Amino acid sequence: MANSYLTSESKKLATWYFTVAATLFGAQLLFGLVAAIQYVIPGFLFEILDFSVARMLHINALVVWMVFAMFGAVYWLLPDETGIETVGIEVGKLLFWVFTAAVTVVVLVYLFIQVGPADATSIWFIHEGREYIEAPRWADIGITVVALGFVANLFMTGMKGNRSGIVTVLMADMIAFAGLYLTGMFYTDNITVDQFWWWWVIHLWVEATWEVYVGAIAAYGLITMIGAHRKVVEMWLWIEVTMLFGSGILGMGHHYFWIGTPEYWWEIGALFSALEPLPLVAMFIHVLYDWGKMQGEESAKGLDRSVITNKPAFTWFVLNAFGNFLGAGIWGFFHTLPQVNLYTHGTQFTSAHGHLAFFGAYATILIGMMYIAVQGKNGIKILNNSTSTIFATSMIVGGVVGMTVALTVAGYSDVIISRAQMGATWAGYFDAQATTWLTQGMVWRLIMGVITFVGFFFLAKDLLTIGKSNIHVR
Amino acid sequence: MAKKSVWSDNRFWQRTAAWITGFASVLLIWLTFDTSAQISMGNDSDLKSGVTKRVPGPTVINYKITYEMNKKRQHEIPVIGGMNAEGTSAFQEKEKFFGRDDWSEEEATELLHLGKLGSQVKNCMNCHTLLGNGAYYAPDLTKAWLDPAWGPTGPMQALTGKSTKEEAMAEFLQNPSQYPTHARMMPNLGITAEEAKGLVAFLKHMSSIDTNGFPRNFGKIQGAVNGK
Ligand code: HEM
Ligand code: HEM
Ligand SMILES: [Fe+2]
Repeated sequence: MANSYLTSESKKLATWYFTVAATLFGAQLLFGLVAAIQYVIPGFLFEILDFSVARMLHINALVVWMVFAMFGAVYWLLPDETGIETVGIEVGKLLFWVFTAAVTVVVLVYLFIQVGPADATSIWFIHEGREYIEAPRWADIGITVVALGFVANLFMTGMKGNRSGIVTVLMADMIAFAGLYLTGMFYTDNITVDQFWWWWVIHLWVEATWEVYVGAIAAYGLITMIGAHRKVVEMWLWIEVTMLFGSGILGMGHHYFWIGTPEYWWEIGALFSALEPLPLVAMFIHVLYDWGKMQGEESAKGLDRSVITNKPAFTWFVLNAFGNFLGAGIWGFFHTLPQVNLYTHGTQFTSAHGHLAFFGAYATILIGMMYIAVQGKNGIKILNNSTSTIFATSMIVGGVVGMTVALTVAGYSDVIISRAQMGATWAGYFDAQATTWLTQGMVWRLIMGVITFVGFFFLAKDLLTIGKSNIHVR
Repeated sequence: MAKKSVWSDNRFWQRTAAWITGFASVLLIWLTFDTSAQISMGNDSDLKSGVTKRVPGPTVINYKITYEMNKKRQHEIPVIGGMNAEGTSAFQEKEKFFGRDDWSEEEATELLHLGKLGSQVKNCMNCHTLLGNGAYYAPDLTKAWLDPAWGPTGPMQALTGKSTKEEAMAEFLQNPSQYPTHARMMPNLGITAEEAKGLVAFLKHMSSIDTNGFPRNFGKIQGAVNGK
């Protein structure tokens, strides 16, 4: 870090977190491609790197890179918000190395050991075989320690420095985020109880605590990038928290329709999860409204310049507003009522939603934060788009939207044939897989996945080099 | 902001957020207690005394299980040990599982434990869905035990050269890539004979869970009209 403008240790640590996050994002896409190829060419790497292993690496890398970027973004904004250096920064750095080392070991074990015998040692040292949170138990404990250390630093800094509304929301949110992880750590022979608690982690992360986190980051971004008024932004933030937690917590019922849980979840899940898109609309309006308002103030002064001080980051923040609303709000609402979900449950349609939601709601804003870090690290006043920014953004966004469309189309034959007509039998499943919509959908998903992957290289190149370019205002 | 109004007061919205979140959380916790009681696993005496549980005890493997349309609930439900006059489980009719229908509570529990643990260690969920959750690369396993493909009229017993459903399934699980049904095959996961037995017990047990009618029309309609 020779020619860095960063004086804050917290911000330096943030850049480390972002570096690992971006690397894991690349790994995520690589293993997604392996799994996507296997849909089209079933013999590809068969009994070498099977679909189950590729997919586990794909979705674990996804969750882990996002957690890394989330921690990084908090370490980045803390000095700005609190006005002081982060308390416990040395411990923070140590935990970063512990976390990175643990993730490396876990990935190598997934790749080279893959499966073990059906006993407890496999659960402790290989993986737990539960989607998204497969990490073996030793790593669970390690992750918990790291997360608690992170939360402790956030709390100590928030208590000592200026506790803004954004920091207050983050403090409350991050403790829930860390605490919820514990509900996914135990073993039970009862698969219904197992999935009941598994959703406490998955759903209450992505549809409650992570969404609130995004609200807080968007608030920070609006203040720093377009100079929105803190008072208004923070009021919106509290309203968003109200709506997000008010709908998202009980909205968990939409996962309790068919796993052995009682019927009353049909009504509770339907009602509250149907309300979940509302805060996403609010967040969408909020970002665009503030932008228009700040730009309008500028025009009223007779000035012609843009209020945006970081073009690439702001683009990703606006994409977040769209993507969150479309991927989580619209694609989520599509299948959230029990009368629909009876047939769409566990199909390619679910995958369409999963992709657009994770990408739209989280990947976008976290990439935006990486650009904010590039700006800060290089002491740039106004960061402009480079050619690579344009290529990266359009290829990644175009690719993921393309994959979503392909999966949605594939989802129709999956839903109608394998679920509605043949009731999820073995034969019904393969009848649906053989339809033209599904087979061609898988080819298109692969093509769009390749475009996304190429876009990633433009992104990596851009993040590494854009700071040195002379197109910016310094 | 000209005049102060409660609607533009951050403290007001902060308190609202706290109250709403607290209220939703308390409701969720309360429902969790109720649900937990309803989804706890039953035991052998429940089965013997005809008590219907949403998740029956492990000795359910000693019984015949079917999936039947229920008039009152308007969807299919698992029926254990034959049907009674109300169209629900009679808990009478037994069915041999690996040659026995007298698996003790202890033995059955141990077998189910091995199977559930095996399902995690072998990573079933990253290709298949279980209770509809997981990956979409392979068929749903919720009611796999009841799938006509494994029954006397289906192809799997002949393919594996076995004469019962459980033996056919266990044989397939040990050497899946020897018995391909499609170009997309299940890989060999190093499943031992004992683990395979456990996994089949796990599948049979899962098929007895009351999933509120998911999947709908399971195995009722053959030969779909597809979009080819
Ligand atoms: C950013 C927010 C969200 C993310 C990241 C997200 C992600 C996901 C993912 C990955 C799954 C699949 C889980 C699996 O693999 O089994 C899923 C399932 C589901 N999501 Fe979301 N989701 C979000 C928001 C929403 C919203 C707002 C709604 C409703 C309005 C919703 C409704 C559903 C439903 C009903 C399912 C179950 C699908 C099934 O039965 O197969 N999601 N979500
Ligand atoms: C190169 C681009 C990508 C390719 C080729 C790809 C491919 C795949 C494949 C084949 C699966 C397994 C689906 C199944 O079980 O049938 C999957 C699952 C998943 N991927 Fe991707 N993916 C890509 C990018 C992404 C991105 C950018 C995100 C989000 C930021 C993402 C999030 C997910 C999620 C959440 C799942 C689990 C979905 C579910 O179970 O419903 N993927 N992906
Ligand atoms: Fe959900």
